[in-house]
Amino acid sequence: MTSAAPAAHLAELNLAKLRHPLDDPRIEPFVELLNPVNAAADGAPGFVWRLVEEGAPDATAMRPAGENVIVTMSVWETPEALWEFTYRSGHLEVMRRRREWFDRHVEAYLVLWWVPAGHIPTVDEALERLADLRANGPSPRAFTFASTYTAADSLRTDAVPTA
Amino acid sequence: MEDIDAIAALQDPVRRRLYEYVAGQGREVGRNEAAEATGVARTLAAHHLDKLAAAGLLESGSRRLTGRSGPGAGRPAKVYTRSRAERSVSLPARDYRTAAELLAEAAEEAGLDDGLCAAARRRGEALRGSAEPCDDLDAARELLAARGYEPHIEDAEDAEARVLRMRNCPFHAVAERFPPLVCGMNLALLEGLIGADGAVRARMDARPGECCVIIEPSKNNID
Repeated sequence: MTSAAPAAHLAELNLAKLRHPLDDPRIEPFVELLNPVNAAADGAPGFVWRLVEEGAPDATAMRPAGENVIVTMSVWETPEALWEFTYRSGHLEVMRRRREWFDRHVEAYLVLWWVPAGHIPTVDEALERLADLRANGPSPRAFTFASTYTAADSLRTDAVPTA
Repeated sequence: MEDIDAIAALQDPVRRRLYEYVAGQGREVGRNEAAEATGVARTLAAHHLDKLAAAGLLESGSRRLTGRSGPGAGRPAKVYTRSRAERSVSLPARDYRTAAELLAEAAEEAGLDDGLCAAARRRGEALRGSAEPCDDLDAARELLAARGYEPHIEDAEDAEARVLRMRNCPFHAVAERFPPLVCGMNLALLEGLIGADGAVRARMDARPGECCVIIEPSKNNID
């Protein structure tokens, strides 16, 4: 270790429970938005990485959280960068229409956590963070936009694994 | 500084003109430019701009206005932008923001987007009253300016591609906490206000630092 405070990035996992299968005509408007919105993410300031299935443009066919649950996972330089993309880009239109395509969540469906810069989180790691949030509420290990913690908070509690 | 003191700082007419000019630009404004635009002497403008910054109504920074950097680029000039902070006074004290946040939180948890948007659309229609739907961007600009959206027409090379964007979100504080719910409500309100079958229409096109909705000619999408 040469640096006292290693750079940290923010990781995000989001679950969305489909009301109908992805090839159902009622989901078509959402499917049409996938490529443009993913392209916007890739070009957004502060974007680092997002989960895609090998050989596919996105991760919609991966169902690690249930048969009808699609996941998005990404890493960003700062919480602000993720917030701006999520709510101040074409992605907001997807969010606005979320009730047309997705079931309302009863449990937490979005989790944020800090990772060392350069670390690419695994799906298992992300699901553990979500389980932590659901079991214990927001903490420096697993939190939400409404209750953010800094990377320094996470380091103090040893919540960030070393790369 | 108390909100009421900050607002009182706008009572001076010269200061008020300077504030409105800087706020209307949506970018950093230098002292010379502000002085020229409002027709006051530069030293007087500088004095009032600094008063506005001290009151927290403007933010100040310094930047080389020449666009050059390094030695010989000249001394950085002081520039001003409108502060993002919100000021309000209600007498007697009332706290509508907390009420709005609690209602939004409950609506979000219960998934009441559809009902909220329907109510917002009805409110927009009621505000429009018996007026016809807006028939062009200029009419929409007037309507939205009166409601505090700070609209400006974004010119495009192709005149047909002109759109109306808004610098201010009147629901900013709640919209930041519950974006999909409150931005959806705002869109529905504007759809009702502008009118559904007119020559212009509202559409969501979110960008950093602006209202999430734009107004554009309806035929953009009929072609």
